[in-house]
Amino acid sequence: MINAVGQAQSVLVLGGGSEIAGAILRALPAARLQRVVLAGRRSSVMEERAAELRGRGIADVETVDFDARDTASHGAIIDAAFDAGDIDIVLLAFGVLGDQEALESDPAAAVDLVTANYVGAVSVGLHVARRLRQQGHGRLVVLSSVAGDRARRANYIYGSSKAGLDAFAQGLGDALAGSGASVLVVRPGFVRTTMTQGMSEAPFATDADAVAAIVVAALAKGRETVYAPAVLRPVMAAIKALPRGVFRRLPG
Amino acid sequence: MLTGWGRTSPTAATLCAVHDEADVVDAVGAATPERGILARGLGRSYGDSAQDAGGIVLDMTTMSGFTRDGSTLRAQAGASLDDVLRAIVPEGYFVPVTPGTRFVTVGGATAADIHGKNHHVEGSFGAHVRRMRVVTGTGEVVECAPGSDAFAATVGGMGLTGVITEAQVDLLPIATSRMRVDTERHADLDALMAAMTQGDHQYRYSVAWVDSLSPAGRGVLTRGDHASLADLPAGTDDPLAYDPRPRLGAPPWMPSGALNRASTRAFNEAWFRRAPRERRGEITSIPAFFHPLDGVRHWNRVYGPRGFLQYQFVVPDDASALVGLALQRLREAGAPSFLTVLKRFGPGHDAPLSFPMQGWTLAADIPARIPALRDVLDALDGEVIAAGGRHYLAKDSRMSAQTLSAGYPQLARWRAMRDALDPRGVFASDQARRLGLTLGSAP
Ligand SMILES: Cc1cc2nc3c(=O)[nH]c(=O)nc-3n(C[C@H](O)[C@H](O)[C@H](O)COP(=O)(O)OP(=O)(O)OC[C@H]3O[C@@H](n4cnc5c(N)ncnc54)[C@H](O)[C@@H]3O)c2cc1C
Ligand SMILES: NC(=O)c1ccc[n+]([C@@H]2O[C@H](COP(=O)([O-])OP(=O)(O)OC[C@H]3O[C@@H](n4cnc5c(N)ncnc54)[C@H](OP(=O)(O)O)[C@@H]3O)[C@@H](O)[C@H]2O)c1
Repeated sequence: MINAVGQAQSVLVLGGGSEIAGAILRALPAARLQRVVLAGRRSSVMEERAAELRGRGIADVETVDFDARDTASHGAIIDAAFDAGDIDIVLLAFGVLGDQEALESDPAAAVDLVTANYVGAVSVGLHVARRLRQQGHGRLVVLSSVAGDRARRANYIYGSSKAGLDAFAQGLGDALAGSGASVLVVRPGFVRTTMTQGMSEAPFATDADAVAAIVVAALAKGRETVYAPAVLRPVMAAIKALPRGVFRRLPG
Repeated sequence: MLTGWGRTSPTAATLCAVHDEADVVDAVGAATPERGILARGLGRSYGDSAQDAGGIVLDMTTMSGFTRDGSTLRAQAGASLDDVLRAIVPEGYFVPVTPGTRFVTVGGATAADIHGKNHHVEGSFGAHVRRMRVVTGTGEVVECAPGSDAFAATVGGMGLTGVITEAQVDLLPIATSRMRVDTERHADLDALMAAMTQGDHQYRYSVAWVDSLSPAGRGVLTRGDHASLADLPAGTDDPLAYDPRPRLGAPPWMPSGALNRASTRAFNEAWFRRAPRERRGEITSIPAFFHPLDGVRHWNRVYGPRGFLQYQFVVPDDASALVGLALQRLREAGAPSFLTVLKRFGPGHDAPLSFPMQGWTLAADIPARIPALRDVLDALDGEVIAAGGRHYLAKDSRMSAQTLSAGYPQLARWRAMRDALDPRGVFASDQARRLGLTLGSAP
């Protein structure tokens, strides 16, 4: 249970190795945190994250095999996580950015990306929602992206998957109204993490810890949508209002 | 969505109104251990005690009948003290214990083993309950009395041993519906506490309000008893008249708008100044003396959407320094509190989860939104525990499982009694999940 001052007891991370999720785990008030489940594809990053959490004194840290594209496995994975005890916060943090040019010439690879980012999120998101509804409480944090606000020439395949994810997450939040559970949609801009390593920074670039601070504050306030950094809300509103002809000629 | 009085941590449950004991038996019989079942009274506990996320919450307020036979009240568990007082005060009786609000049920008062301003003389609510009927986890109706395990575990048991359906409670005969009150202002905490130590035993009722923002810890002590006929002015037509009608608007002393340090400071200043330096024998009404906040509807909303909590602990007499320390810590954290109450408890009850014990209890309302609060309160918990004290479950919305078990040395004994009453493990609450209260319990 999340107590009156926002101290959660249990967290499930989907995309257990995500750098942003790792930062959120560090930023959450942790005095009552006793259980963290990291679900993702086996990797040294995820194992290191688990070791770090154990080192912080969290009693029950578990890593679980989870591939977003393997939707048939999602029900059992989510049930196992919730059967072992209530989960207060679920971070839906997996995602692949991909290389736009390569994806354009390899439709199968593009399908694989959107399958992970969007199809996988729909599947696991619905399983999580089912269990949150049953337990009558809990927060689902969905890492969407400003790329979904308006798909750009430079990354529209990724952007379209985030647009789908974002629409899904908002609708899910509405569907969960009154269930005790709720959804927080997070729209980061350019975040300096492994995902963006080697890329030239976009305006308003930020880092994982700054995003995490915004997410934790938004959770405390019970917000439903948040941009990181906050300035991207008006910026994206303006960008969405641009005529196609102008938008298409923007750099990047 | 349900919350406690503090409006923090809302969760959803299936709310189910019950009209008689048979309804309760059916509901408990049909309940499963997955999300469980819990009784709820008027939801005046501050935190998550009367919530059961995803489970079934029985609304007991639809079981609210009661009768009086001499000085014995026989009430269904959902009867409110408000309704009871309206009926019995004009007949010359009073409830044995009343909290700071009359909007609590007999079931909630028993399950939390509540205390009032008379604890130092007359003990907690459970000490005045003679018998009760409880629907246990197997769906059986148990009639129990003091001395039995079922009774001891249910008094203070926060709904986790069964559903109380009916209770028989001893009443206090009164000659008038007025209170005779002595008020003293004290410029600092030491003087206030000294006055309480020296004089409380001369009064049936005693409580002090403390200015949470005053570094000296100044406060106002009010003590009194039910007025006798001789105390009333000659010509009083109805010595037992009782009219608790709520005032319509917020009274002028209520901080208006969002509560912050400035409005709290202004309120505390006015509240302190409003009290006479010393006044003896003032005649006042029962609502004015016991339930001043009940005149203001929804006063719990002044703390804003994120709600508030009440931090309440008790420490033994030899750790009275904790009172000043706690006030200091809360002041440093920038927690504006207009309701900070200090009281001396008498000896505790033998119920293993009953809160009161001989010593000092301090209760402070605090907005939940203050970020520094988390760590300040966690640290304070540690000091309270180190001093041999504990925290009140009916007010708790944030403590840790460790704080709970360190404060209640009889927790294991209670768990064993609880398991016997609920072998299927169907009773559950958000608070129980958060604190692992029923941990180790079947299944
Ligand atoms: C303004 C204010 C002042 C207060 N002052 C005091 C005070 O001076 N002293 C004090 O001790 N407390 C005080 N309280 C707290 C209050 O007295 C307790 O929380 C009390 O339990 C509330 O009763 P309720 O009927 O609202 O119960 P709820 O809050 O609905 O429930 C409280 C607990 O009792 C259980 N319960 C309720 N009914 C039953 C039943 N029929 N069978 C089994 N379990 C049941 C619930 O499961 C829950 O665990 C105050 C609260 C407020 C809001
Ligand atoms: N970084 C940014 O600029 C930025 C901006 C906006 C939004 N976001 C979003 O924020 C989220 C977290 O990103 P991040 O910056 O923390 O990047 P990250 O460290 O690369 O995290 C992404 C995680 O997703 C996992 N993942 C990828 N495909 C998966 C699959 N099929 N099944 C299970 N897990 C899979 C990755 O695991 P593997 O190691 O197995 O690949 C990795 O742990 C992503 O959804 C991302 O789209 C990031």
